[in-house]
Amino acid sequence: MLEGGFARARLHEFFALDVGDCASAAGFATMLAIRATETEAPLLWLRCDDARRRSGDIYAPGVAELGSDPNRLILAMAPDAVALLRGAADAARCSGLPVLVVECWGKCPALDLTASRRLALAAERSGTTVIMLRADAKPSPSAAETRWAVRAARSAGEAGLPAFEIELLRRRSGPAGMRWHLEWNRDQSIFRDPALSGDLVSRSSRGSAATSAAA
Amino acid sequence: MRLVALDPSAGRLGLSSGLSLADARARVPELAVFDHDPAADRRWLERLAEACLRYTPMVALDPPDGLVMDISGCSHLFGGEEGLAEDTGRRLRATGMTVRIAAGNTSAAARALARNPWQGGDECKAIRSLGITALELGEEATQALLRAGLKTVGDMAVRPMSGLAARFSGEGVERLRHLLGEVERPIVPIRPPAPVTAERRFAEPVAHTEYALSVLSELVAEVGEEMGRRDIGGRRFDATFFRSDGMTRTLSVETGRPVRDANSVVRLIRERVEGLSDPIDPGFGFDVIRIDVPVIEPLAAAQLKLEGGSISEMQMAALIDRLTTRLGRDRVRRLAPVDTHIPEQAQIALPAVEDMKPAAWQVSEAGEPPSRPLHLFDPPQPIEVMAEVPDGPPHRFKWRQGFHYIRLFEGPERIASEWWRRKDGAVDRPGLTRDYYRVEDARGRRFWIFRHGLYEEKNKPGWYLHGLFA
Repeated sequence: MLEGGFARARLHEFFALDVGDCASAAGFATMLAIRATETEAPLLWLRCDDARRRSGDIYAPGVAELGSDPNRLILAMAPDAVALLRGAADAARCSGLPVLVVECWGKCPALDLTASRRLALAAERSGTTVIMLRADAKPSPSAAETRWAVRAARSAGEAGLPAFEIELLRRRSGPAGMRWHLEWNRDQSIFRDPALSGDLVSRSSRGSAATSAAA
Repeated sequence: MRLVALDPSAGRLGLSSGLSLADARARVPELAVFDHDPAADRRWLERLAEACLRYTPMVALDPPDGLVMDISGCSHLFGGEEGLAEDTGRRLRATGMTVRIAAGNTSAAARALARNPWQGGDECKAIRSLGITALELGEEATQALLRAGLKTVGDMAVRPMSGLAARFSGEGVERLRHLLGEVERPIVPIRPPAPVTAERRFAEPVAHTEYALSVLSELVAEVGEEMGRRDIGGRRFDATFFRSDGMTRTLSVETGRPVRDANSVVRLIRERVEGLSDPIDPGFGFDVIRIDVPVIEPLAAAQLKLEGGSISEMQMAALIDRLTTRLGRDRVRRLAPVDTHIPEQAQIALPAVEDMKPAAWQVSEAGEPPSRPLHLFDPPQPIEVMAEVPDGPPHRFKWRQGFHYIRLFEGPERIASEWWRRKDGAVDRPGLTRDYYRVEDARGRRFWIFRHGLYEEKNKPGWYLHGLFA
């Protein structure tokens, strides 16, 4: 499923299904960022002041608990959505940055098709994987390679293991509409199917990090 | 209320500072009075001091109403000491100030000559003709000296210092020696002179910001070349625009690693200019533009690695610099651990442009679920909880208008307050203990909530939501 997996150097959108799922979406983005890069590579996380009020600060011990090294994390707080997108456009053009997470709350009229196309083009040219995290927002036309909806799921095995239900809402090249139920394994940095508890997800290969390989 | 300062016309009416406001009003009913604002005076003095940086890099404040400039080696640029004094006076008077200027061999001498009346030709005679009030010794000491018949500095200077010190005070002798130039007291400049600097002066003031910026680019290239010769790079660049009417505007940019590449510095400065809430106002034009590099670090000639590792690092550093310049120093940060049990104090955000050693972070054992949330609220959010008393797990809580029914919980994880760090802390007053629970609600969302206080510590302990798990 999803041949080639989760392509690097592209723009991907992740919608929190509900405001309450924002932490799950952020966690999912962190995990993808872990999978998409080498362990040492820097990770830039752009947020708005608004995000801090609504979902709190990014907490480094929690980032470490998901299997990422907080030392690689650089946090940038923009005062508003326009500054956020400007910073995102700059960061997406930087080929020294492998992964960029842009957290954007609310409708955000500044993030229109043009802005998203600009980000997608910059990502393709520089090789930066751009993860656009949307909370409290409805999907609108965009130039993203894939668009996902993320919601929290009950943890099946050990209580408190991060688990998600993700749905592929849209894909540029291929069918969409599939759903998965995934659980994150920090020690191996992979997603698993909690029902099977088997390794469903292949390790990332160069050029593409698969989120899910088997059907 | 008393009068602090007067303008010349009020002085001519016979008022003096220190007079109570009621007396002054009785004498001059139409007196216009304004509140004394020492902080504003100080800020204004600082602005004037910055404006004087055009003459010399060594400018010090002499609060509340003086400036001291070290003009050694600078005066010839302005036609000697007289020319410099005239130019300084003209510019300061243009801002509406009343100015008295004097030059001396030491800062103390110049200061005394500027503040007190004197006679006589050369500096030595002038100093000796000063009244002993110029020593600023205070009422009592001055009276004692006057009673002894010592009216001028010259009267004191001819007597043996040891006798004066024994009879009056050591402080007076010290002041006297400063005045006479026997001891030099170094001034503390408002900005220490930068190790690398370049400036351009214009015969005609430049009225276009765009042209001023292009001149600035040339200056940056100049300092870049100089730094290249010395194998150093700058971590901070201060661009100062001196307006012909005496005001200045300084823009600073900081970089995460030493740079001397003119293009990247100019790009940062332009970024800074674009981000200004109040644009640079040339007024009647800039007549001096200067670039200072106050912070330098060694930077060897660049050598590129084949794999491009250092290139991507450099690009990343440049990106951080740009974001820092645009958003501000406190908005682009890295996180560092702090050794404490209190969760909200366990991380500290430091500016990303600063050097930071990578630190080790604690992680739970393999196979364990995360024990700390991805998002943390600071301050924690109060919630309404239904839980078993005294220390049972919570069943249900209400947060932001929504009810959450708890399906799974893990805890409590008891975190005691750090009484040894509290101001009023003691073993018998330990502060409130927190009982943390990791809970999962019916929809699968995971939260970190805590009860602030045990039932034996507090009558009705409150519950708070502290974090959100992925």
